[in-house]
Amino acid sequence: MAQAESYPDDLRYHHAHDWARVDGDEAVLGVTWFAQDALGELVHFEAPSAGGTLAKDQPYAEVESVKAVSDVIAPLSGEILEVNQKAIAEPETVNDDPYGDGWLVRIRLTDPSEVAGLMDADAYRAHVSEQ
Amino acid sequence: MDAAVADLRRTPLYERHLGAGARMVPFAGWEMPVSYDGVIAEHLAVRSTWGVFDVSHMGQLHVEGPNATELLQSLLSNDLGRLTDGDAQYTLLTNERGGVVDDLIAYRITVHHYLLVVNAGNRAAAFAWIKEREIRGSEVRDASDDYALLAAQGPESIARLGLADAPTFTHTMAELDGVEVMVCRTGYTGEPGVELMCAAEDATLLWDAVVGRGARPCGLGARDTLRLEVCYPLHGNDIDETTDAISAGLGWTCALDKNFTGAPALRRIRQEGPARRLVAFVMEDKAIPRQGMSIDDSGDVTSGTHSPSLDVGIGLGYVPVASAVPGEQLTIDVRGKPRRARVVKKPIYSREDS
Repeated sequence: MAQAESYPDDLRYHHAHDWARVDGDEAVLGVTWFAQDALGELVHFEAPSAGGTLAKDQPYAEVESVKAVSDVIAPLSGEILEVNQKAIAEPETVNDDPYGDGWLVRIRLTDPSEVAGLMDADAYRAHVSEQ
Repeated sequence: MDAAVADLRRTPLYERHLGAGARMVPFAGWEMPVSYDGVIAEHLAVRSTWGVFDVSHMGQLHVEGPNATELLQSLLSNDLGRLTDGDAQYTLLTNERGGVVDDLIAYRITVHHYLLVVNAGNRAAAFAWIKEREIRGSEVRDASDDYALLAAQGPESIARLGLADAPTFTHTMAELDGVEVMVCRTGYTGEPGVELMCAAEDATLLWDAVVGRGARPCGLGARDTLRLEVCYPLHGNDIDETTDAISAGLGWTCALDKNFTGAPALRRIRQEGPARRLVAFVMEDKAIPRQGMSIDDSGDVTSGTHSPSLDVGIGLGYVPVASAVPGEQLTIDVRGKPRRARVVKKPIYSREDS
């Protein structure tokens, strides 16, 4: 199923195992390799609606495996511009490619200063190693 | 590691599970493999070829003596009088209210000797229940630690193990790759297959033999999705001491023409009709039902999962009898969101449909 464990250097990370790829005042969000591995094969992505808002540190969606359901936590605040339809139709994409085709939502940031509070890849790797 | 994890028991195959890359989880006081490569792949292997499960956590109770049959006929719901040596029977240990203390399989060795395979979580309760009710000329003995139990399940399992065809719910002794095993034509997947019981010290030999013949190691995750697709109840979820056998749809396991604990209560429930019934349902909205979710404010989900065979949310739950009809629409409260489901005829999945 999933590719080998990895935490790309160009992403920012939230301790609840979410990542953000920030580009100007927009960001693409998803869950980390660690999160998808802990959950197992995903079979459902309960997505938010485009146009909805995200509040940093609050749940904005759910992902489910055969055995369990888990909240997805917003690493940043923003307005949802786009939801990944492929993650809805084929949730296993999140396992197969958590940082690529398995992204979840694209948002417009409401407070770009929040980005500075997220972890870089090295800090997140250290966080994961303590789990 | 916290104390709760440290106290978990391990089967003789623990090292084999770790070696095969299993993810281990606590289950009924045991540390058991939930999956190796993934629940879905393991599930589909059992439906299409075959797989093997370590179910050594289950309990084995011997009931012996000249009055063993008389004792068990007074405690078990099904009619042991229909068995001959080498037969097996699905049956319930019921309380006075017709509630289910445990569901189990009784194997008749001789008319003076039965082997009961009970749920891991109910081993102590089932043993104590029977022990307290022993009659002269009967004795129950917990031999769970003496045995290992493997379930080899799937359409290819019988041929791959080199076994001859035999009717379901029978058992025989055989030698499999040098290991003396009790071969039971029983299972919990809805597929053809066997459960293989051997001495605990032979467990790794037997596991290696079965895996060597090509069986894919499968964990408790797939065991649960497989049993739920074919609507086999799980004690602790779908049935327990407070749910009666009739409401649970297990009236077929109750020989109400004989006397056993709870028979009068069950006769009354059958005559008056139960208020609720355990139904199978399939989600019509994209959602996965889970145990404890409310159904139309008048029922509840007792088991729910994503069906790997059908790629849809499925479940079992108690609903008022008026709704317990195939085709009826249900609304399930999925964490605050109403999601539609439809009552279906059991089983949810059958080989013939696929």
